Amino acid sequence: MANVNANHHDSHDHHGESHGSVKSYVIGFILSIVLTIIPLVVVLQGWMTGNAAIAVIMITAVLQFLIQMLFFMHLKEEKKPRYNLLALLLALVIVVTVVAGSIWIMMYNTVAH
Amino acid sequence: MAHHTAAQTAHHHSHEEEHESLKTMGFWMFLITDVILFSVLFATFIVLRGNFNGGPGPHELFQMPGVIAETFILLTSSFTCGLALLSLNAGKVKGVIGWLAVTGILGIAFLTLEITEFVHMVHEGATISTSAFLTAFYTLVGTHGLHVTIGIVWMTGLLIQLKRNGLNAKTKRKVNNLSLYWHFLDIIWIFVFSFVYLMGVM
Repeated sequence: MANVNANHHDSHDHHGESHGSVKSYVIGFILSIVLTIIPLVVVLQGWMTGNAAIAVIMITAVLQFLIQMLFFMHLKEEKKPRYNLLALLLALVIVVTVVAGSIWIMMYNTVAH
Repeated sequence: MAHHTAAQTAHHHSHEEEHESLKTMGFWMFLITDVILFSVLFATFIVLRGNFNGGPGPHELFQMPGVIAETFILLTSSFTCGLALLSLNAGKVKGVIGWLAVTGILGIAFLTLEITEFVHMVHEGATISTSAFLTAFYTLVGTHGLHVTIGIVWMTGLLIQLKRNGLNAKTKRKVNNLSLYWHFLDIIWIFVFSFVYLMGVM
């Protein structure tokens, strides 16, 4: 196990790809700008309303989250065992439970009124 | 283990650096708990966002030009923080200091805009005790602003350390952790921008 890790460490030398490059940062930056402008225009210009607009806002936000994780925080290049990724997945389960659970419960609360 | 160390010294991987990378993992765990903290604040906001108690709502209060500026400033600072990390990997201490300083200045610009927005809202009579919507709003957005403030203080301290000590295993780890923290704050802001502001003025 430790051996595998050490080997991974050793093959760490080509810095360009293990810690990101200017190119990957620029791509990530441009993508996040585009993904900010899309929901902004959709909402402020009134291109979409209601659920369609909410869907666009949520999808672009999640995509931006992924871009920050992959291009800026280098989650993809983590060495095995991927403790960081596992911890993040656990956090996401808790986030979804807390947020969606709260909305779900309060929906019934409104009905009761 | 001793065998590995010998192999690793050749690749400039000392025990100290291994220890530092463990600390980075510990910092990641802190970020994970912070994600959970924010998820609770988001849940609270989403549940209470419609309760105005006769007070002003998002349409009257939110001034999108300022919020859009804040968003792009923070997005750019996340990018410049990444450039600081690239300089770090290239071993250029001047680059690290320069890009971190730019990141810090952008962070201050973000905070200035946010505080201006809060002051403006309070002058309009929209205080934290006006309605459940505003309590949740100030708590959520204010907690993010507090994180940015702490990040700027940390960055200032780190800049002094970098000037004095240059790049070593410790300062490298600290720059690494700070950049994780800063990108994390940008992610939180993306969701604040989407769920609080965009959905608010929709």
